[in-house]
Amino acid sequence: MTNIPILKERKKQIYHKGEGVFDLTCDTKSLAGSVSQRACVFCGSRVVLYPIADALHLIHGPIGCASYTWDIRGALSSGPELHRMSFSTDLRERDIIFGGEKKLYASLVQLIDTYRPNAAFVYCTCIIGIIGDDVDSVCKRVTEEKGIPVLPVHSEGFKGTKKDGYKAACESLSMLVGTGSVEDIGKYAINIMGEFNIAGEAWTIKEYYENMGIEVVAVFTGDGRVENIKRSHGASLNVVQCSGSILRLAQIMEEKYGIPYIRVSYFGIEDMSKALYDVAAHFKDNLGIMKKTKEIVRNEIDAIYPDLLRYKKALSGKKAAIYVGGAFKAFSMIKALRSLGIDVVLAGSQTGNKDDYAVLRDMCDEGTVILDDANPLELSKYCIEKGADLFVGGVKERPIAYKLGIAFCDHNHERKISLAGYSGMINLAKEVYSSVTSPVWKFAPAKDSFL
Amino acid sequence: MKTQEKIEYKATSNACKLCSPLGASFVFRGIERSIPLLHGSQGCSTYIRRYLISHFNEPVDIACSNFTEETAVFGGGANLKLAVENIIKQYNPKLIGIATTCLSETIGEDVPMILKGYNKEKFDENFPEIVSVSTPSFSGTHIDGFHGAVRAVVDSIAVKKKISTKQINIFSGMLSPADLRHLKEIVSDFSTDYAMLPDYSDTLDGPLWMEYQEIPEGGTKIEKIASMGDAAASIEFGRILAEEESAGKLLTDRFQVPCYSLGLPIGVNETDAFFNALSIITGRPVPEKYIQERGRLIDSYADGHKYVFDARAVVYGEEDLVTGLASFLSEVGIIPIICASGGESGLLKQKILDIIPDAENIGIRIIEGADFVEINEEAKKIDPDFFIGNSKGYRIAREMKKPLIRVGFPIHDRLGGARIIHVGYRGAQQLFDIISNTIIATRQDTSPVGYTYM
Repeated sequence: MTNIPILKERKKQIYHKGEGVFDLTCDTKSLAGSVSQRACVFCGSRVVLYPIADALHLIHGPIGCASYTWDIRGALSSGPELHRMSFSTDLRERDIIFGGEKKLYASLVQLIDTYRPNAAFVYCTCIIGIIGDDVDSVCKRVTEEKGIPVLPVHSEGFKGTKKDGYKAACESLSMLVGTGSVEDIGKYAINIMGEFNIAGEAWTIKEYYENMGIEVVAVFTGDGRVENIKRSHGASLNVVQCSGSILRLAQIMEEKYGIPYIRVSYFGIEDMSKALYDVAAHFKDNLGIMKKTKEIVRNEIDAIYPDLLRYKKALSGKKAAIYVGGAFKAFSMIKALRSLGIDVVLAGSQTGNKDDYAVLRDMCDEGTVILDDANPLELSKYCIEKGADLFVGGVKERPIAYKLGIAFCDHNHERKISLAGYSGMINLAKEVYSSVTSPVWKFAPAKDSFL
Repeated sequence: MKTQEKIEYKATSNACKLCSPLGASFVFRGIERSIPLLHGSQGCSTYIRRYLISHFNEPVDIACSNFTEETAVFGGGANLKLAVENIIKQYNPKLIGIATTCLSETIGEDVPMILKGYNKEKFDENFPEIVSVSTPSFSGTHIDGFHGAVRAVVDSIAVKKKISTKQINIFSGMLSPADLRHLKEIVSDFSTDYAMLPDYSDTLDGPLWMEYQEIPEGGTKIEKIASMGDAAASIEFGRILAEEESAGKLLTDRFQVPCYSLGLPIGVNETDAFFNALSIITGRPVPEKYIQERGRLIDSYADGHKYVFDARAVVYGEEDLVTGLASFLSEVGIIPIICASGGESGLLKQKILDIIPDAENIGIRIIEGADFVEINEEAKKIDPDFFIGNSKGYRIAREMKKPLIRVGFPIHDRLGGARIIHVGYRGAQQLFDIISNTIIATRQDTSPVGYTYM
């Protein structure tokens, strides 16, 4: 046990499997003063749209939001890299008083003339609504003058949680969808959604589908291109990963164009294979696709299995803590870690909902701690109490793990190593192995014989 | 009306600055058992935490008052108080440093008013000190937030008990933890007592933990801040800061504590001024250890001077850092051909001219309010030998195939940003060795001969 205190209000968002009735509070705003690991509405929008590489991403507001999100993700592009630039209207005191519309207009015109993007997204930060800027009108005017879609993203930071930012981004994207030609799109065509091409993951996934004989119209939004998004309504299935971030767009596309969607994950052998089989099953009139899929899955697994067993031998019996943005990723991680012989003792997410946590509860072993919208103190407390050997999370969780002498695997948007697909599973095993079995931990204070 | 029409609007592309609450967070992480609280949206604290963590590789807890739509309409008072109470329950701090954000400033939140009467009388004696600072991100940059927070802490805690002390107040500016440790060593070696604010040398650069620490140990002791009004003198670094409101000046005005406003002690010239000030204040000679350190540094200047002579450097970062680096570079014969900062004090040019009077004749470009696109454009015109500044110049350096010497903040693409020493003779020695060797390595690598001797 530790002496780390847990706030009374927060106790409702923590569940110990096997203890009491499961009634986890979630889907709520963060508690003031709790030090949530979540960001804001703007962050939600920014992460969804960020990888669209040939679009201009202009952040309307004072400088901070643009500075902190400059080249922040490992979302790769096979061509243009405009998304790796950071553009801000950099509002100052006089703009707060007189309004920022003139500056927004001038900035858009200047940047569009300089960089010739295929579309522009204008992110509204906290103060835009408050100072009363009519961003929609400015966007409309520039759209007309410059002949490219200029789309407002209503992502004022305080207007909800990161999830509301996802929705705002999806609504902006939905204005692009349906504006391109679908003429040459075939029958067996999908959109890959909620895949951001971190470390080239979308390329791996796309290749699997293409090898199955399936056409990929657009990836939302990894290695994204405006032209593909415009014609994405020509696909006959939306394959949605990272459900929280892009589900809203899948729903809009279902309502508007009748395109069904399925939910998948590309992490771990089990979920990766299911993602391919589910898509093959959808196109059941083409038996060739299923046949191909079986071949691919078999070959891919055969190729990595011996290595995987070797890692499993070294990692069996280790205990892991998982804290990620969306709960869907936690499900996959639990399965993937289990396939390496690792037990999960803590599982949590920033944005999971009731259904997600019910699934999580069913998946977890007795004694596992489930957390919604956790903070550093809670994560530390349960890592110590549960004796975690490994933490899977993002940059903000990394120093917590290291300070406590716990191994760490980065599974967030800044990672440089592809963890999706079959090759990703081996990379994950390598990543985990290289941290868990590192000799440096013998110097951690708890084990250091010198101290 | 005419002046209004003249305003030319231009977007900022790849900013060479951060927002002011980040600077304030630095300061509030550098006081004993202190925690920063940002009055604004959840994203403000999370983005700033992430940014600081990527540099320091340390846990950086920053709380937030979590604005919602209702808060933005009806005011953030209730949220702020709830945040304070929850912080006390979780962290049991001695000080909570509240920094505002663009959001709370735009809706006109008055933090001191909100918290008036909300103090020790209402709670028990463990109620922490609360210091608030106004840091709207639409005004100034992170360095203004930093100095503003230092001043706010001194303003609300320092007193004069009329006890004569030998304490020297050190207002270091935004330096690395290794710099802060070195400054403390120097001042201690003058056998004098000191109060350095902030001091995140332990809190943002510490060892692994045996047990979990809600707030890492270390930081300026609050008693030390309280006794600043009785100090023998203050030393404050930054030639730009010398022209602005500051903690040192506040102590002079309120308690008649003499203030030595010096440049950041980077290189021999600026470090000499620092040691001279310490000698004057303490009445003690410069310790032999530093005479030796200075001697070895100048010896290395002699050994390496030809390699660096007339090399051209692009320098960028906070205005006072740029000024300090320009002073160091020019004293060894390197031309800081571009001196750029995202700051807009209006003073950078004059400060560079004070150090390098013929800067304009040599063709030195001084750019205030610069962003990295502008720095890139200027750099392309002059084909520099190297870049010196934080990690954010990497893209330009890579594109131009020129070395980047990483200094300052943030260093997101290398280990050890916290361990770089910039100040003192020791810092100059590190910088000089790295720069000389970088130049030598470039020559060696591009030489068809591949000399194995210098």
